[in-house]
Amino acid sequence: MNTHSTDQSSYPRADVDPPSGKLFPHKHLLGIWGLDPTAIKHLLDVADGYVDINRQAVKSAPTCAGLTQINLFFENSTRTLMSFEIAGKRLGLDTISMATGNSSIKKGETMLDTAATLNAMRPDVLVMRHGDSGAVKLLAEKMDCAVINAGDGRSEHPTQALLDALTIRRRKGSIHGQTIVISGDVAHSRVARSNIYLLNAMGARVRVVAPPTLLPADIDRLGVEVFHHMEDGLKGADVVMMLRLQNERMNGAFLPSTREYFHFWGLTREKLKSAKEDVLVMHPGPMNRGVEIASDVADDLDRSAIEEQVEMGVAVRMACIDILTRHLRPEDNA
Amino acid sequence: MKTSYTNARIIDPATNHDAIGTLVVSGNLIEGYGADIDTSDVSETIDCGGKILCPGFIDMRAHAVDAASALAGGITTIILQPDQTTTIDTDAVVERIRHRSVDSQIVSVYPMGTATQGMKGRQIAEIGQMQQSGAVGFTDCNHAVADAQVMRRLLEYANHFEALIVQYAENAELGVDAIAHEGEIATRLGLASVPSAAEAMQIDRDARLAELTGARLHFALISSKDGVEAIRAAKARGIRVTCSTAPHYLHLNDNAIEGYRTFAKVRPPLRSEEDRLALIEAVADGTIDTLVSDHSPKSADVKRLPFAQAASGIVGFETMLALSLAPVHAGKISLMTMLRALTTNPAQLLGLPTGTLAAGSFADFVVFDPNKPWRIDADALISSAKNTPFDTLPVQGQVWRTIADGVSVYEKA
Repeated sequence: MNTHSTDQSSYPRADVDPPSGKLFPHKHLLGIWGLDPTAIKHLLDVADGYVDINRQAVKSAPTCAGLTQINLFFENSTRTLMSFEIAGKRLGLDTISMATGNSSIKKGETMLDTAATLNAMRPDVLVMRHGDSGAVKLLAEKMDCAVINAGDGRSEHPTQALLDALTIRRRKGSIHGQTIVISGDVAHSRVARSNIYLLNAMGARVRVVAPPTLLPADIDRLGVEVFHHMEDGLKGADVVMMLRLQNERMNGAFLPSTREYFHFWGLTREKLKSAKEDVLVMHPGPMNRGVEIASDVADDLDRSAIEEQVEMGVAVRMACIDILTRHLRPEDNA
Repeated sequence: MKTSYTNARIIDPATNHDAIGTLVVSGNLIEGYGADIDTSDVSETIDCGGKILCPGFIDMRAHAVDAASALAGGITTIILQPDQTTTIDTDAVVERIRHRSVDSQIVSVYPMGTATQGMKGRQIAEIGQMQQSGAVGFTDCNHAVADAQVMRRLLEYANHFEALIVQYAENAELGVDAIAHEGEIATRLGLASVPSAAEAMQIDRDARLAELTGARLHFALISSKDGVEAIRAAKARGIRVTCSTAPHYLHLNDNAIEGYRTFAKVRPPLRSEEDRLALIEAVADGTIDTLVSDHSPKSADVKRLPFAQAASGIVGFETMLALSLAPVHAGKISLMTMLRALTTNPAQLLGLPTGTLAAGSFADFVVFDPNKPWRIDADALISSAKNTPFDTLPVQGQVWRTIADGVSVYEKA
């Protein structure tokens, strides 16, 4: 079943022979940037199917049995790592997770040497997170297998954007035409960037709301409307996605204090009044209650989709692994 | 109850009005002024004897409230600097000061908050909340925000609130330990000194950051020709910078510290005669926007010390008018320009509802005799301390009446 070949020239390359079918003509999932709406829709459609499987008592769908998945995390993570592990296991892959704490990286090995070592172990899927923007792409160039970006620096976090999109699509019926607000530390957020690309590609109206110190230069050129006042930005919004505020931002002089941040930019019931009545509240987690979001908003069962996002995360990651390994399973590649 | 002030030379810099006439006060508001204004229902008439009547002075930089001294100097609005016993760095402190000011109903006190937490230049202060509580500007007083990244983010953040940042114009590294202007006198006296370039460097850098962020930026206490030129260049580029100086920089040069006279120890230091003349010119042509007292009462205990150990600062409320009028009498600065720098300009910079005699505005104004000769007497000052380098100096121009909120709160005996 595993069609790995030592002959590089015969290996299907993304640019020559799209390995994952016409609907998703990419070897890796490194980011949302560069994906067309058809590819995104295909990923979401497949993920939708996995949501149903995940809600059954028996959640195993071992279409990928016998394949190997390595989760390589150079940056701390709990929920994303677990989500990828569960996704792999439900698909029947043998999944191995490695955090930098116990890797050779700590012994001075360069990332590319690590890549070569891992490549020699012949995994079929490599999931990677790294603190530097572009690191996953660099590693992907040295890997024969499919690479999924689980977050690199401030660059991209594609599976987060996909799970957010799936959540919105299931709640709102469509992404097209929705007014979606992304609020918080946009400057340092890979989640914000991936979401901006995806939501724009799918025809949403995207706004960002943050103090000027937390917005990167020329962010409006990425196709978003920029607001500094929360009430203005929330006006008529269908969806509001809050971003996590890192405590380091106080020391970096980006903000005075969490107190002042909550006062002006924290999502409260009062500020939410300017959004639409049925506004959907989202957060990629982990939340800072009383900093970027008030507890009663986070816990509002009618509006908050925060737990649902986590559920969608597993389904989306199953879809990504499934689609990127279909060329290894010709009988499934309909 | 209505009061009229007749036979006054009424000057309102807000409208360039300058003519003899009558001003009518109704309650705590100005009803109007002019040569033939209706005074039929006025219950009290005060003859100003041809003296000048103009908006009460607004002092953008005071380190103590010292209300009686301020009113004696014609100052009806004080901008209190955050370097108080309890540093003004939270909305709670701002609120307390505002409430106390409203309750006193004599001199209006508006606090400035710190720009960074503890004036340490590392973390932005809670500008938004302090502004909501009534802070009119944000400054680290005599500490320049040194880190360019912090300054950039501070300006970006403040700009969101349209808040005014006031920067002390001195490069921190060049100014470390400095107590005098770098030049012959400091060399002869053996005092650590700071060159004028330190002022210009800070202005150049921060003007760039103001341009980058689009924020408003005010430089406190310009003291040198280099500094003036840096401000002029920034304004010519269209950058939103403004600046102030104090009357003592227009009146003294570094000769004043000869003999280690600590009463002339100020920050930034008194500089050369060339600098002093450049400052007068800069006020005259509008490069310098406002005049401040930098009122800083210090007891003799902290002044009668070796120069390096002595406290900096002078008391400035009661001498502000007379010292400011000196270059006017010398024909170097027009009276209108000088009064604008003391009233309308600071009001507009800080967004205050004063600094004008327009009908309907608060009746905060001063009546003064521009020509009255007198001799400054340190012991006769009302202020809480007597640290002035101007003791025994003959001057011209004296406050006759100060009216705050419609009430005559100071009358020259």
